[in-house]
Amino acid sequence: MPPADNIKLSCEGLWKVYGDNPGQHFTGEFGSFDVGRTFQQLRDDGYIVACGDVKIDIPAGSIFIIMGLSGSGKSTVLRCLSRLVEPTFGKVILDGLDLLDQGPKEMIEIRRHKMGMVFQNFGLLPHLDVLKNVAFPLKAQGISKNERLGRAKEMIDLVGLEGRETSYPHQLSGGQQQRVGIARSLAAEPEVWFLDEPFSALDPLIRTQMQDEFLRLQTQLHKTIVFVTHDFLEALRLADHICIMKDGQVVQIGTPSEIVLAPANDYVEKFTGEVPLWKIIEAHSIMDPPDGKVGDRPSVKPEALLEEVMQLFEGDTEEVEIVNDAGECCGVLTPVSIIRALYRDEK
Amino acid sequence: MFSEKNYLPFIWGGLLLFSTILMVFGNNTKWLLVFPETLQIPIADYLDAIMLVFVNLFRWLFRFISFVLDWPMRGVQELLSWLPWFTFASLATFIAWQGGGRNTAILTLILLLYIVIVGYWYEGINSLSLVVICIPLAVIIGFVLGVLGYRSPKANAFLQVMLDFMQTIPAFAYLIPILLLFGFGPVVGLIASVIFAAPPMVRNTILGLSRVPPEVRESGTMSGCTPRQRFWWVEVPTAFPQMLVGVNQTTMAALSMVIVAAIIGGFEDIGWEVLGRLRKAQFGQSVLAGMVIVCLAIILDRITLAYAKRQLPTESHSGFRLKQFLMWFVGIALVTYILSLIIDPLRIWPEYLEFYPADGMNELVRIIITNYGEFLEGVKNNMQYFILLPVKLGFTRSIYPITWGFELTPTIIGLYWTIIIAGSILAFVKKNWKLGVAIPFLAGLLYFGITGISWVVYLTVLPLFAYSIGGIRVAIFVTGSLLFLMVAGIWVPALISIYLCSVAVAICLILGGLIGMWASTSDRVSAIVRPINDTLQTLPQFVLLIPAVMFFRIGEFTALMAIVAYAIVPMIRYTEQGLRNVSPTAVEAGITSGCTPSQIFWQIKLKLALPQILVGVNQTTLFGLNMLVIAALVGTTGLGQQIYLALSKVDAGAGIVAGIGMALIAMSADRMMQAYIKATKK
Repeated sequence: MPPADNIKLSCEGLWKVYGDNPGQHFTGEFGSFDVGRTFQQLRDDGYIVACGDVKIDIPAGSIFIIMGLSGSGKSTVLRCLSRLVEPTFGKVILDGLDLLDQGPKEMIEIRRHKMGMVFQNFGLLPHLDVLKNVAFPLKAQGISKNERLGRAKEMIDLVGLEGRETSYPHQLSGGQQQRVGIARSLAAEPEVWFLDEPFSALDPLIRTQMQDEFLRLQTQLHKTIVFVTHDFLEALRLADHICIMKDGQVVQIGTPSEIVLAPANDYVEKFTGEVPLWKIIEAHSIMDPPDGKVGDRPSVKPEALLEEVMQLFEGDTEEVEIVNDAGECCGVLTPVSIIRALYRDEK
Repeated sequence: MFSEKNYLPFIWGGLLLFSTILMVFGNNTKWLLVFPETLQIPIADYLDAIMLVFVNLFRWLFRFISFVLDWPMRGVQELLSWLPWFTFASLATFIAWQGGGRNTAILTLILLLYIVIVGYWYEGINSLSLVVICIPLAVIIGFVLGVLGYRSPKANAFLQVMLDFMQTIPAFAYLIPILLLFGFGPVVGLIASVIFAAPPMVRNTILGLSRVPPEVRESGTMSGCTPRQRFWWVEVPTAFPQMLVGVNQTTMAALSMVIVAAIIGGFEDIGWEVLGRLRKAQFGQSVLAGMVIVCLAIILDRITLAYAKRQLPTESHSGFRLKQFLMWFVGIALVTYILSLIIDPLRIWPEYLEFYPADGMNELVRIIITNYGEFLEGVKNNMQYFILLPVKLGFTRSIYPITWGFELTPTIIGLYWTIIIAGSILAFVKKNWKLGVAIPFLAGLLYFGITGISWVVYLTVLPLFAYSIGGIRVAIFVTGSLLFLMVAGIWVPALISIYLCSVAVAICLILGGLIGMWASTSDRVSAIVRPINDTLQTLPQFVLLIPAVMFFRIGEFTALMAIVAYAIVPMIRYTEQGLRNVSPTAVEAGITSGCTPSQIFWQIKLKLALPQILVGVNQTTLFGLNMLVIAALVGTTGLGQQIYLALSKVDAGAGIVAGIGMALIAMSADRMMQAYIKATKK
């Protein structure tokens, strides 16, 4: 887990329960009740627990991906974090401030200045053209027309839609519409960027392209990102940290290679089955301890992917050295250790 | 289909036996045939009393509203009739062009020129100005109520019931309390029109707002909108296209009602002109005036529809921006006004230029009647003797030597029932108990006639029937409606209404079904039928009376024709649509498994299209009941006439009771049909 002082947005003991007056089950002190029992009791009473006892810490400037199948509660968690959905119980802390204590006016201010969101089906306003759609959050803030249209124009250039300013959403392709959605969500220069399955409605080819652009944007912008997807490969590709959810509960949180190498249970392991592991696993996570040998061996950085390491084995090379930034050798990798890591299922 | 409960056949069988005994032995018992008066409650009188108190208490308030509304109404009327026709027509054409492009503009211009040339400009504009002032009122009220219904589930539940009633209670019925409250005068027509025209706006507003995608709403919230900003900047604009559909429907309803409201008094409008001419049997004049209504309807429909379709600018047709639009508007107004000052005929179309071929048309009608009168009379008489009378009075009271050519001797009666009983037994033997029960019931209906069957039979058979297809809730509703009709003392006219409407619906089903089938197989037929249907549905119902009266004079048959002309449209539409929507894969599957063309049609296409066709049947029934009241103007007895009579006597209680009666019949029919459609879909 990342160090706590770096946390931008977090939630703790977060519950969203649908049904008749679910609040009556959460009368105790914060964190004082038995999670497993509460779950069981709520479900027995016919309540729908969209998410329960979720604890997430999102470091500033990182991409945090919530991954799960439909019905896992991932979108609910995202919407609780932005308070689009009112949590039944719990804490949502943004910059040390509990969002659930904020009044409607404060929430509007927070959304105006600190949050931006991208939607699966774009959520564009059909009656506004591209420029006005992008400028819309600024209009809500009451920024003058010239200024907001100017800033919208910059955003449109940023996402590569120059020339389509006067088009209407229905005249654009899905990929273009989502670029508008992205530009709009960034227009107010938010600190936290929510993306709810932003690329799921797009063709596979466009999806990959948009993922690349997304990573490019993030290297420029360094937002704190909460990204929801049902696509495990997408999560592995984009995330700094992944949170896997099932039936409203968090199953595992970790970096992509932590998840792949040490799945918390069978459920997570199933996802990793189809994954091209050599594109995910970093050298340091499976290396053997240094053997003390000195010699003419190829070396890689600890963060190097196995894909890169494997190419070095061509020819006579039998061992690869892992060398950290300080120039010290911290481990070695052999073809055998790599094969073991990749085929651990067939043990 | 029917809910398969194993005790149902026995109940039906028992009921059959019971009904038979009742009809055979109770033939001379008066209280079985006629609902006993001692059980009736003078609901109408109570309503009158309540109304009287209410009117006395609040008359000042309503008269004040009437007074307040009178000013803008007169203002619009004065303004529009003061405007030179040339200015008005130019502006209307400009608006049409901006909305729907060249074709709409040309159509609008031609139709307006007709009104000018035929010399009905003043009357037409008078009606139109009522519509023009009615639309914003109805739209605003509809919008506000719609928003209320969308925001609060409680308000919505209440609104839905109100809308149900407003759509099924004949407008005439609530004209009466309005008359009492607001006094005579054109304002009554306006208020009735607003009430009649607001419901589609309410419905479409609720529909539009509830169809705003949740993501669009959320995107508004996440953009930092306050609730008010989100409503006006996000939800309303997104729902706007649907609301414009509501404006179109509201406009058409307003026109329809403005025309009909002429009944309560002439205010030199076009509805009054048609009605007056019709009463004097001046068909040429009434057709010419009726055409003016048709023109107004088409213009209003096309323009509002064009704007509803074109809410988003596209590259192909964008129209002017608002500022440019206003500049052109004012410019055209000024130029045409100045022109009309210079050239007088552009201001008021001179009489010597009018083309009013009423006498020629009357002559034509006379020629048609003298040449084809016998044929028309034959059609009418045959329908009357062989269909209308038997259904209404039954074979026992309609078969006579002069009409049928033979007498209903005991031998023939015996033969009739022997065949029926044999058929029923055969059906039971073949294990089709539903058919076995249905055959004797239908035979009995034809034998005794709809009006000749005891109320006790209706009160047992209909609820059981409703229960069989729709379960307990539908059964309760139907029972309640029947009891209301009986207790309120309007059972006999209600039966006559039901009889006329069922004949009309039956004709629509057969004729409309056939036309729809034909149109589904031939694109050419479809291309001919579609615009006719569109026009029939856009027209104020009132207009359909003119040709019916022209050829068949006043009477039940005439009313029947008018009802059929109006109610056949949905049947044709849904049949064609249903058959055309059958998936080609299903047909291909049929072909490959070796079906003959007729098998494909009957067993695959018709079966798959059935749910949609049934929706058409339901619509046709509701349309028929709706038209029934208007058709009362040309001679039917029944609830329609009751309402009409109540209107002429300003008898609020009687009118409302008859109106509610009509509404309950319509709602019962609707509920049963809906339940049946739901069952067939499974």
